[in-house]
Amino acid sequence: MTETTSSVAPPVPAAAEKLKFYGLWLAAAIVLLLLPKLFSSGGSLTTFSLIGISIVFSLSYNILLGQTGMLSFGHAVYYGLGGFLVIHAINIIGANKLPIPLPLVPLIGGLTGLLFAVLLGWVSTQRSGTAFAMISLGLAELVASSALILRTFFGGEAGISANRTKVFRLFDWSFGPQIQIYYLVAAWTLLAVIAMYALTRTPLGRMCNAVRDNPERVQFVGYDPHVVRYLAFCFSGFFAGIAGALAAINFEIANSAYLGAVQSGTVLFATYIGGVGFFIGPIVGAIFVTFLSLGLSDLTQVWQLYFGLIFIAVVLFAPGGITGLLMMHRPLVKAGTLGRVLPSYLIAFVPTLAMLIGLILATEIIVYFSVHSGDDSHIKAFGVPFDAANRYIWAMSAVLLFGGYWVARKTWTMVGHAWDEATSGAREQGAIA
Amino acid sequence: MLELIVISTLNGVLFGMLLFLMASGLTVIFSMLGVLNFAHASFYMLGAFFGFQISRWFGFWPALVIAPLLAGAIGAAVERYGLRRVHKNGHVAELLFTFGLAFAIEEVVQIIWGKSPVDFRVPPSLDFSAFTIFSTNYPAYKMFMLLVSILIFAALLVTLKKTRIGLIVQAALTHPHMVGHLGHNVGRIFMLVFGVGTALAAVAGVIAGPALVTQANMAGLLGPILFVVVVVGGLGSLPGAFVASLLIGLVQTFAVSMNGSLSGAFGPLSPDYAATWLADIWNVTIAQIAPIMPYVLLVLILIFRPMGLLGTRDT
Repeated sequence: MTETTSSVAPPVPAAAEKLKFYGLWLAAAIVLLLLPKLFSSGGSLTTFSLIGISIVFSLSYNILLGQTGMLSFGHAVYYGLGGFLVIHAINIIGANKLPIPLPLVPLIGGLTGLLFAVLLGWVSTQRSGTAFAMISLGLAELVASSALILRTFFGGEAGISANRTKVFRLFDWSFGPQIQIYYLVAAWTLLAVIAMYALTRTPLGRMCNAVRDNPERVQFVGYDPHVVRYLAFCFSGFFAGIAGALAAINFEIANSAYLGAVQSGTVLFATYIGGVGFFIGPIVGAIFVTFLSLGLSDLTQVWQLYFGLIFIAVVLFAPGGITGLLMMHRPLVKAGTLGRVLPSYLIAFVPTLAMLIGLILATEIIVYFSVHSGDDSHIKAFGVPFDAANRYIWAMSAVLLFGGYWVARKTWTMVGHAWDEATSGAREQGAIA
Repeated sequence: MLELIVISTLNGVLFGMLLFLMASGLTVIFSMLGVLNFAHASFYMLGAFFGFQISRWFGFWPALVIAPLLAGAIGAAVERYGLRRVHKNGHVAELLFTFGLAFAIEEVVQIIWGKSPVDFRVPPSLDFSAFTIFSTNYPAYKMFMLLVSILIFAALLVTLKKTRIGLIVQAALTHPHMVGHLGHNVGRIFMLVFGVGTALAAVAGVIAGPALVTQANMAGLLGPILFVVVVVGGLGSLPGAFVASLLIGLVQTFAVSMNGSLSGAFGPLSPDYAATWLADIWNVTIAQIAPIMPYVLLVLILIFRPMGLLGTRDT
């Protein structure tokens, strides 16, 4: 209650700050424009498109989790329904030669997401917390199972497909080549990110934060938390629908996996690993998780296990996600005391890495013996070939794992001391309030 | 028709009791720790797979004892070293931790036992038909499942109502802080409850494994239904969980055995529906919509009675 002054309207930003703010968005636009010039292979263009879709989806999810404090296990419903409607829309537009160009089609997906969020949201958002999580899970299962029953519309297991090049053409853009799809996705991603950022600055966005932090007080102020949650839910559904539409346009197919629990889980992973506390968190998470899922699947067979373990590690040790970890250091950088922590990080890094290598080795050996015990024991994981049947390798993994753990524990205590020292140093300089 | 009703009732009660074995642990854990254990169904799966492996080595009866103990020990360790650590980060972090755990457990099970179903058979000593009603042979193993779940239900009831530890657990359900103030080691009670709850789920896994399919996706299939049970019964209410378990068990079993559809009932009235995309709704049978029945029930309950059937708190 000490910060009573913060209720006063913030000062009008100075010209330099304005320039910095708009410059940031401009820089993002230029980067998006130039990316295909730097990495022009088809594979990287596809990756960028996937990242863009994932960014929109994760940010839309964070409107719920990070900004309004609602943990949803069924966000893929709005993503998937947006995707399905868009595939049908493309087919209808193509068949009837309607004058709607492809760049406008994602809006159809967004409106679909909005419509279903409006329909399902009122019941879902009556309560937050665990009850909301369970309702979202139940609704997701309901929609996903119904999709398999309504075969004509959802196409059963196989899904439905469309041809995006058959749509009305504007300026002779066929949207056949991936580069055009990349620019379409990039433009929509930028638009959606700006819109969602703007949303956080509106009074509604601020009320969402208030509902997250203290719903009771929001009621005293005269707002209905249910209505605020409902509005946030609708916006979130809208942007999830756009993400689903972009995915449908990118793959030219929509199937039941779009609606499923795996999709809902992935967006939760991406958002949380990136960090829910900052606007940029889900963007970082989307980029990280997309690269991880594409990269890890080449390196090891059991990448999903590592994926789950990374998620558990983030929940256990870094509840603020990647961005939370980085932002923790901002006051130290400002006060110039970051140098006091860095050496302890370097020291702690070595045994931690050893422990992780031991863990990975042990996992890969176990995987070898339980999955391919008859095959050649010279396996390759993360690009490193080794002999899984070799007793020395077993001993090495055990030594690395347990020895690394033992030493890492000690060094992390050191990091804790160094951290306390650096923070108190920063506090003396007034960098931390 | 009578045959269908009797057999379906038996099967429904059986499925309901199995659900209750899991839901009881989940409810008690939720009431005490305030965290809905997303990985609860994973311990059911672990129970089934441990049961399978141990019954291969030592036979079914040792497996029935050892597998739940093992799963319970893992559960207690999860509470002690995982949940207690994330507790300070809030409920969302706790829920997410169990969510990640469920994901990881499924992956590990897939790595060790593969994706396809394992050959977990009914033990020969129970592989006969118990009785015959209306020309249907009812397997003895199912009666055994029913017996085990009723026994555990009774034991749970006696423990909760008549023993000292049950009294503390009951008190901790509603007033965990007060119990702590009275000098009980709440942390140890939590660990114990988590261990016992997961062990109960594992018992359900061991006895359900041979009757149903023991497969790496069994947790993912059953987990959401378990949450429906807990929410429909009322979060934190044990009698509610019992009623909801039986209700959902019966609803699903009866739905599966019925073959009616709208077209079957009103077919001659409006044949031109069959040509449009409404045909799916028109032709779908009750058996086909059985999997979505629990979720429909969930949505209805949430609209008309948000605290659940017997729930009291409006969380």
